[in-house]
Amino acid sequence: MSVDPKHSEAGGPGTTGHEWDGIQELNNPLPRWWLWIFYATIAFALVWVVLYPAIPVPGGYTRGTLGYSTRGQGEQALADLQADRNVALKGIDTIPLNELKDHPQLMQAAIEGGRSAFKVYCIQCHGTGAAGAKGYPNLNDDDWLWGGSMEEIHATIVNGARQPDNDNTHVSAMPAFGRDGILTKGQIGDVVEHVLALSGQPHNAAMAVRGKDVFAAQCASCHGPNGEGMREFGAPNLKDGIWLYGGDRATITATVTNSRAGVMPAWKEKLPESTIRQLTAYVHSLGGGE
Amino acid sequence: MSAFFSAGAYLLFGILSLFMIATATSAGFAIHGVIILIACILAVATTVGRLKPDPNGGWLLPDTNNGGYYDGVIKAGVIATVFWGIAGLLVGVVIAAQLAWPVLNLGLEWTSFGRLRPLHTSAVIFAFGGNALIATSFWVVQRTCRTQLFAPGLAWFVFWGYQLFIVLAATGYLLGITQSKEYAEPEWYVDLWLTIVWVAYFVVYVGTIVKRREPHIYVANWFYLAFIITIAMLHIVNNLAVPVGFGPKSYVVWSGVQDALTQWWYGHNAVGFFLTAGFLGMMYYFVPKQAGKPVYSYRLSIVHFWSLIFLYIWAGPHHLHFTALPDWAQTLGMVFSVMLWMPSWGGMINGLMTLDGAWDKIRTDPIIRMFVAALAFYGMATFEGPVMSIRAVNGLSHYTDWTIGHVHSGALGWNGMITFACVYFLTPRLFGASRMYSLRMINWHFWLAMGGIVLYASSMWVAGIMQGLMWREFNAEGYLVYAFAEVVAAMHPYYIIRWLGGVMYLAGALLMAWNVWMTAKGRLRDEAPLDAGLPYNPETDKPLAAPAFAKAAAHAQPAE
Repeated sequence: MSVDPKHSEAGGPGTTGHEWDGIQELNNPLPRWWLWIFYATIAFALVWVVLYPAIPVPGGYTRGTLGYSTRGQGEQALADLQADRNVALKGIDTIPLNELKDHPQLMQAAIEGGRSAFKVYCIQCHGTGAAGAKGYPNLNDDDWLWGGSMEEIHATIVNGARQPDNDNTHVSAMPAFGRDGILTKGQIGDVVEHVLALSGQPHNAAMAVRGKDVFAAQCASCHGPNGEGMREFGAPNLKDGIWLYGGDRATITATVTNSRAGVMPAWKEKLPESTIRQLTAYVHSLGGGE
Repeated sequence: MSAFFSAGAYLLFGILSLFMIATATSAGFAIHGVIILIACILAVATTVGRLKPDPNGGWLLPDTNNGGYYDGVIKAGVIATVFWGIAGLLVGVVIAAQLAWPVLNLGLEWTSFGRLRPLHTSAVIFAFGGNALIATSFWVVQRTCRTQLFAPGLAWFVFWGYQLFIVLAATGYLLGITQSKEYAEPEWYVDLWLTIVWVAYFVVYVGTIVKRREPHIYVANWFYLAFIITIAMLHIVNNLAVPVGFGPKSYVVWSGVQDALTQWWYGHNAVGFFLTAGFLGMMYYFVPKQAGKPVYSYRLSIVHFWSLIFLYIWAGPHHLHFTALPDWAQTLGMVFSVMLWMPSWGGMINGLMTLDGAWDKIRTDPIIRMFVAALAFYGMATFEGPVMSIRAVNGLSHYTDWTIGHVHSGALGWNGMITFACVYFLTPRLFGASRMYSLRMINWHFWLAMGGIVLYASSMWVAGIMQGLMWREFNAEGYLVYAFAEVVAAMHPYYIIRWLGGVMYLAGALLMAWNVWMTAKGRLRDEAPLDAGLPYNPETDKPLAAPAFAKAAAHAQPAE
């Protein structure tokens, strides 16, 4: 910001002739560039006021020559978006779920829509990457409690698990073997060692042998004679090293003692069928879909 | 007489506080009653304690000022500025850390981000900035009017009354007493108290201008006066409220979008008249004083003053783009903000061009360097503001940390830097030292603050724009790409950088506190010399004894 010498040296503007506590003021004119930009912003403002809603007048306000409104802009953007989506949604909504994979473009649209919906409705429990957390299943693996086909995933999302007042929700009730006195502490200790053995972890061999009998009597009916689980009961596979609540001795003991009963909402109460279908496609695509 | 009157008034407030304590149904209200009671007891004791028997009978308050400027209250103001500055910056560093590491909320309501955030904003704006404004305005108005303060006792009341306001506001936030209006959180009884203090401030200021010994009112005083008057108006209108019985809760009389508009009319003009006009008042006195140069353009000061205060007051609606506020009000808020660009820059030009012929001082005088940096940040923030007010830009920037970066480049760069420079200007003069204890320490303070601002502002700009883009990113199929939580996670590294910036800025302010403390103790650090600015002569820094002009003589001068 250099200054014309005539404005700052002798022969320049001089001062106003006042002095306050030693401070004087020069008589420089307004910088031209400053003034012209100021005028330009005023001109911009005037143009804008003509183009856009701006002046309150009796009975309303001037609407502006562009016919713009923030609400209209938002509605238009949403309508355009919906029109774009509708092309694919029409197909996704009508084609049977297990045939969707034969239409790669529709499948892709369903997966992307599902990914977006998942990030609003599902990540609170299942995590942004769908990797789950303690008590909330990881959806990236192929270990399914209630089945991993398109139809089965869809059924789980629609009716949830242990959702009160829903007749079609997934229900399974593992007994609280310790709390309800079905097994003694010693028996629980034995069966826990057996489960540790099933999953290939270090264990007390003598206890595990005793636990095998307990397992056969109390657990095999749902988890299967070899502990590989049964989907019709939502009973997890105990041999695959994938644990919903944890596979260490203390956690398994707590699970056998008090049982577990996680709840998932029945999303048909909250989401349109179209969104549930997209969620189904997305979850199916994560890696473990059957 | 007046001493007995004020002691009586304090007594009355004391009785009122007893009533607060007796009827309180919440711990917070009772604690506030106790704080007010203690303040009243101290006020009565000091007022009565300073009375001396008059030889002619009765009592009088001795004036120990010997006809000089009333600088005691300014000294207290500078100390309070430094104290609250450290407190406010410290809380800022804490809440910045809470955003990066939420565990630091400690799971207690008193230490949660929601309560500490207004503590930070009020402490830095109203406690640090407010004390700086009051202290410098008392210095400037006396010097440029060449007269003593009008009602110096009332000036002390303004100082201590303002501190009481700060303490009540701050403790209220921690206790959960808030009316939830941003930058206007204190509840009705604290607002009423501030109104009393502010009217007293107005009386002292205008009274001093009225009894001036100079024919003309210097430009700095126009800005200070605009600040005092407009803040009074904003404060009263925005805080009109009906208390729920005699308790800490009230309901604001405005509702719905009217309340939102009133709030942002207040909020934006708190920026405009507190943080801009008031601080331009500082600039117009201290920059030419430290540089020893005349102000660049008298005409520019007039044009930019009037255009600034006329345009600023309409700009508030730009805080409410794409809300329930009618579109016409949004448009007006935006165009007034755009027109505000050059009026804001007028102050920057006048400040920077005042250094014309003294640019070398930026290298040699650390205080001048602070002033120049402050003006540069002022220029950047007042350009960025109009840009962000444009509706399309605002659609991206609003609700993101870009706003936080914008505010802090203004607050740390402009308000902070210029306040530090004024503290360094005033401290040796107030404590009778030839210069600050250490000029090299000022240099260190400058670079710590500068580094802190750069880290803070750049990290928040990047983070804010990233945040805005992530929120609105659609994929090819027409669906949003990111979850809100993913955006939060992406902010984490920037929050850490911002926190580091805050730590650096606070470290600089701690150096200042040490420097002021040592100067006050009369110490001078033995160090390689730096340019300390112009020498100060206390002998000539005095009010004009007799009226140096007659009103008639003033009229005879050529009109401006």
